[in-house]
Amino acid sequence: MEIIKIFAMVAGSFVLFGILGIMSGWVDRKVTARIQWRVGPPWWQNFADFIKLTGKETVVPEGANQFLFLVSPVAGIISATVTGAVLLSSTFFNPFKWDLIIIIYLLMIPSVAMVIAGASSGNVLASIGAGRELRLFLSYELPFILALLVPVIKFGTAQVSEIVRFQQIYRINVGYLSGVIAFVIALLAFMGKIGYVPFDVPEAETELAAGTFVEYSGLPLALFKLMKWILLSVGISFFVIYFLGGFANPITGALKYLFVLVLIILIKNTNPRLRTDQVLRFFWGWLTILGLFAILLVLLGY
Amino acid sequence: MKKVIVPIGPYHPLLEEPEYFALYCDGELVVDVEWMAGYNHRGIEKISESKHWDQVTFLIERICGICSTSHPIAYCNAVEDLAKVEIPERAKYIRSIVGELERIHSHLLWVGLAGHFLGYNTVFMWAWKYREPILDIMEMVTGNRNHYAMMKVGGVRRDIEDADIPIIRKILEQLKPKLEMLTGAVLDDPVLAARLKGVGVLTAQDIKEYGALGPVARASGVDIDVRRDSPHAAYGLVEWKVITCKEGDVFAKAVVRLLECFESIKIIEQCLDNLKGKKGEISIDVRNIPPGEGIGHYEAPRGECFHYVRSDGTSRPLRHKIRAPSFMNIPTFKASCIGETVADVTIILAGVDPCYCCTERSAVAYDVSTRKKILDGSDLIKLSHEKTGKIRKQFGIKDK
Repeated sequence: MEIIKIFAMVAGSFVLFGILGIMSGWVDRKVTARIQWRVGPPWWQNFADFIKLTGKETVVPEGANQFLFLVSPVAGIISATVTGAVLLSSTFFNPFKWDLIIIIYLLMIPSVAMVIAGASSGNVLASIGAGRELRLFLSYELPFILALLVPVIKFGTAQVSEIVRFQQIYRINVGYLSGVIAFVIALLAFMGKIGYVPFDVPEAETELAAGTFVEYSGLPLALFKLMKWILLSVGISFFVIYFLGGFANPITGALKYLFVLVLIILIKNTNPRLRTDQVLRFFWGWLTILGLFAILLVLLGY
Repeated sequence: MKKVIVPIGPYHPLLEEPEYFALYCDGELVVDVEWMAGYNHRGIEKISESKHWDQVTFLIERICGICSTSHPIAYCNAVEDLAKVEIPERAKYIRSIVGELERIHSHLLWVGLAGHFLGYNTVFMWAWKYREPILDIMEMVTGNRNHYAMMKVGGVRRDIEDADIPIIRKILEQLKPKLEMLTGAVLDDPVLAARLKGVGVLTAQDIKEYGALGPVARASGVDIDVRRDSPHAAYGLVEWKVITCKEGDVFAKAVVRLLECFESIKIIEQCLDNLKGKKGEISIDVRNIPPGEGIGHYEAPRGECFHYVRSDGTSRPLRHKIRAPSFMNIPTFKASCIGETVADVTIILAGVDPCYCCTERSAVAYDVSTRKKILDGSDLIKLSHEKTGKIRKQFGIKDK
């Protein structure tokens, strides 16, 4: 029985966050287009792209490690989906202790999958992309965890459902100074995670052609795209739950979701891409110091 | 040390044209750059020798879609130098107007592309949006958005009507605040500055050694501009100044290009003032081209464009030599790219505003592994002779 429940949860997460992610991807494209004086695609464009990609030929390059090449998109999409399932379960159905740690872990796996994808492609551009992804991954993870620690210290628990409950009783996490700082840091680190400008160094279209994904085609590429969309929706939902008080009221919840999404899109469209060393310096320098400062503030009670 | 070749090209999102750069990398650091050209070779010089003097202007417009009036102006200058004719004043102003409009659109195009190469697609779209009214003016004045067919030996083909002048002025007036906004957005952006300042520095010494031209040279503090140094068209008749910068990095190149747009607007407005309410010839008949040689320069948006023609008194050029500015600018990669990271090299490559189809006048085929020449020009001619011989034999044509 238990196993069926888990499967149902994962399948539900896949459908929910998949559709939500694809629609978020469309909002991204549409808002970007409007900022850039273009019209933008119709709402079903990303579905069409995905379906069309799944029907295309899958090419595995000659020099690639076939197993890792094909397994990494699957691993990435499974971990992204399971993150969503854990998030759903811990907020609505079956809260358990320390689920925050599990979410942090699961959110790392898609990045690792992308590193493996690039490294196993047997392409120079892809391997440079993999190296960059690894460096990016190492750089954003530290401030990300520091930022997530702030509410943990504030409320003395690492259980997401508890943090949501405390936010509803007390005040939302962006309602006090250290929480705001933590939210900004976590948002920027998350943009690194999903590879949005200014942190899209691993894919840098005009430098590496597509970086880690340069050799991918057909279904594996579709899976990677879906993984990114799921990661986008899971990540934003996590932000809404963790920093903005959750989805207790569906309408304000949706507005919060849109707010975070549009914030990410605006940052994405008003910045050029940074260099890898600048990304590293930004995350390990500015954001880590800011994160430590936020922790200091929260320890002092601000 | 094991070197990895990172290929930029022959087909790569960075390049609008087929071109191949081999970046020899140690990690992400570029230790050597090799440029392999020849994908765009179309034999323009050879075709030019088979065209009438007047037809050549249409042909050489097709050298490049962006500086498609620079080549005709330089060519007309060369032929007029050869025939020793002076064009009417009105034609001079019109030449300058078309040339400067082209400069604005080319520079805006570069700013957009540079933004795109940095992943800043908003700048890309905005710059190209602002470029659009310039193309509208072009269509109004010349009849085409591109490949204007405006220049001819001895003058220009179409006049600018008095009725059009206020409309042009209005469009330019509307463009100015937009251009100022774009310039501010690009030059004041801290992230762009972090990305571009101190990247791909070319010193004045490098510029002299490589013979780099145009905005690339001016961004390094080398004060050269053919428009001022050897005045032609209307550049000697209007007030304007040459923009220079000292730093020599990609940021300085952006500064020079953006500020040059304002100078171009200034030149156009003065030229329009001089055209308004006046009548006059727009071209003179050049019936015979005497035997001899002629040289023509024009400051194309990318630098000095140079044309050489030789005539034997017939209706066609005996030799037509074209040297586009990118031919001098592209080799500066050797000085600016080595020691930078891959991420910076891409924007440095784009920073000189290279135009490959302008540049390629000949092709040499190498064997990739042994680096030995397989075919060069004389081999290709020999091959072509053999092929012609075969065809003649096949059809039973006897040699005379």
